[in-house]
Amino acid sequence: MADTTLLQLDNLKLHFKTGRGTVQAVDGVNFTLNSNEAIVVVGESGCGKSSLAKAILRLLPRNVQEYSGKVYLHGKELMGLSEEEFRQQIRWIKMAMVPQAAMNALNPVLKVGEQVAEPMMVHFGVKKEEALAQAQKMFQHVGVPADFINRYAFELSGGMRQRVALAMSLVTTPDLIILDEPTSALDVLTQANIFNLLKRIKQQMATSFILITHDIATSSELADRAAVMYAGQIVEVSDAKTFFSQPHHPYSAKLMASVPKLRGNAIPEFITGQPPSLINPPTGCRFAARCPKRFARCVEEPPMVQLDGNLVKCWLYV
Amino acid sequence: MKNLKKNFAEISRYPSAVFGLFIIFLLVALAIFAVVKIPYSEAVRLWRGGEDVWYMNPKNVPPAWFNTFRKTRLPESFAIKGGEEGFTKTVTPSSPDTSAIDFEYAFDFNYDVYPQELMLYFTSTYQSKNPFVSIYLITPDGEELRITDFGISARQTYRFSQDEKLIRRLVREKRDEKPMIGLFSVPETEPPVPQKGTYKLVINGQTFEAGSDINVEFVFHGQSYGLAGTDHARRDLMVALLWGAPIALSFGLLAALATSILSMAIAAIGAWFGGWLDELIQRITEINLVLPFLAVLIMVGTFYTTSIWTILGVTILLSIFTGAVKSYRAVFLQVKESTYIEAAKAYGASNFRIVFFYLIPRMIPLLIPTLVSAVPAYVFLEASLALLGLGDPVLPTWGKVINDAQSNGALYKGFYYWILEPAVLLMVTGLGFAMLGFALDRIFNPRLRGI
Repeated sequence: MADTTLLQLDNLKLHFKTGRGTVQAVDGVNFTLNSNEAIVVVGESGCGKSSLAKAILRLLPRNVQEYSGKVYLHGKELMGLSEEEFRQQIRWIKMAMVPQAAMNALNPVLKVGEQVAEPMMVHFGVKKEEALAQAQKMFQHVGVPADFINRYAFELSGGMRQRVALAMSLVTTPDLIILDEPTSALDVLTQANIFNLLKRIKQQMATSFILITHDIATSSELADRAAVMYAGQIVEVSDAKTFFSQPHHPYSAKLMASVPKLRGNAIPEFITGQPPSLINPPTGCRFAARCPKRFARCVEEPPMVQLDGNLVKCWLYV
Repeated sequence: MKNLKKNFAEISRYPSAVFGLFIIFLLVALAIFAVVKIPYSEAVRLWRGGEDVWYMNPKNVPPAWFNTFRKTRLPESFAIKGGEEGFTKTVTPSSPDTSAIDFEYAFDFNYDVYPQELMLYFTSTYQSKNPFVSIYLITPDGEELRITDFGISARQTYRFSQDEKLIRRLVREKRDEKPMIGLFSVPETEPPVPQKGTYKLVINGQTFEAGSDINVEFVFHGQSYGLAGTDHARRDLMVALLWGAPIALSFGLLAALATSILSMAIAAIGAWFGGWLDELIQRITEINLVLPFLAVLIMVGTFYTTSIWTILGVTILLSIFTGAVKSYRAVFLQVKESTYIEAAKAYGASNFRIVFFYLIPRMIPLLIPTLVSAVPAYVFLEASLALLGLGDPVLPTWGKVINDAQSNGALYKGFYYWILEPAVLLMVTGLGFAMLGFALDRIFNPRLRGI
């Protein structure tokens, strides 16, 4: 595992304007990702995971109020690039994304082969025939029969569509692929298949992954590190082994405890209460209201604490 | 492409669509035939031509095939030149300088209605002494009626019913004072009855110089003509009916195509980019929606030009920003949020690519039936404008024929064929496109698709 830094986020913020106020979907996120590393981002629904992915790829909706911070890719700052430069230089060449509900991420009126070939044509000006040949290769790589390039999305099963979406992100061999819930709505066997595929791709193509998921158990297959998001902030970044065995942050611990175990009599736990509204997040530790281990200092904003190379945002470890 | 083929295979399941397609095919064939048969410049020349072009035709007569459905047969029109088959020309020199030139033409008249007019067009060559002709009509019962005799100039026209001397002579002979009735009736019948049989026109000419010659053309204005009849200016309506097809089709198709495609593209661009651009498009649409469309067209036609292509341009311009922009935009706003659009954005597809390869193709199924159904609307619009007197002054169109008919009181005077012919063609056009449009709507619109 090479230890060169691929992606570094520095106080990345993405706030949306809504009728009821400002939604602080991503609120000061810092983390680094190394080359050929897979990081899994977990957290409850509505904690800003998908918004983080969009913020990294700068896929902003119209109602953005604040988009600030720094994004470094290979040490190069990206926020300074114009929209057009970003589109031409970064998207899909350096970073690609498999969007949420990737099963629907295919254009219903284009053949899937054409869609996989399209990023090549857009970014490298490759001729259609070549791009299609490349797409065919990529299809075989992700385990889709090569002659499927002439099919339409509706002629494919969910798992096949997911693979096609993956092939689409891989075809330009980017350094980083952001997968937004790649296996939701798939059966367990297909999920396992896709994760095995991702693992193989990571080994063969030296790609880095940011894997956004709810499925903590399955994601442990692939992850080198895990980041936990809560209310728009990252509260813990640990290496996978630590995270899956003994997470530091109380929220991480609760999250892990909510995963059903195959053996043992432990009943899955749940976290009382609801995640705070992102419109007016509480001051101090945002998890404090639901935290079983809270104490007096929790009303102050906790710092990011270094703990054997892992990061935890909690007063417990100061 | 394969999808399109599949859709068109599906058309065959709808008999109405097949019939509609058949009508459209016929119209297109008619249009092509018209353009090939009568080139554009020729069509314009014919339609704007006066007596010099149309002197052979009677005024305001129905088509010749009307006889098939009538009890009383209408005489058909013809024109023949002296020397042509049947119209014999004999030259007998009587002295070195003079010669007699005789013409004889026998024609059958088995009709129940009198002809409109008989005319003789003389042309002659001479130095100083003009030739002299005597004209006789021999009726089927053998009676020889002297028509007239006069000295002819280089070009001379003789109209039977305008000859005062002939009228006086007919009255003297106790025949009807109207020459057509007087000449073609059984003698001494009251009311006059047309005399059927073979008539013979005899022209005895005399020249008084060496090298002097006489030529004549006999024009018989019956009470029916050709396939479509004639109008008040003796024009063959067939010219306008034929040429109306390519004009109506091109006007309708161009207007429908341009407005549907442009309003869709504009709606897509507005929906995709949003912001002030979308606002601008929406406000323009709203302003345009309250503008009185026909009134603006009439103003353009009255003050600027009635050229059909300018009117077409203004029509398209005014029809782009209409309700269609609004309804297309509504669908685009929905499609825009689809995941596959986000995926396209993520892989770096340009705005152009997203609008034209991702958004617009989703709308094609909606576009095709609307487009087809819009064609007759524009065909009718062109006809309505022509009826309002804003038709192209140069081109013969269906609407112009109706306009002429209306301003000449066609229905009041009983020339119903004059209005019915273009009206039927317009209706058939509308029917064809409507039938196809409804079927296409069923095929492309999933909500109407049968299970």
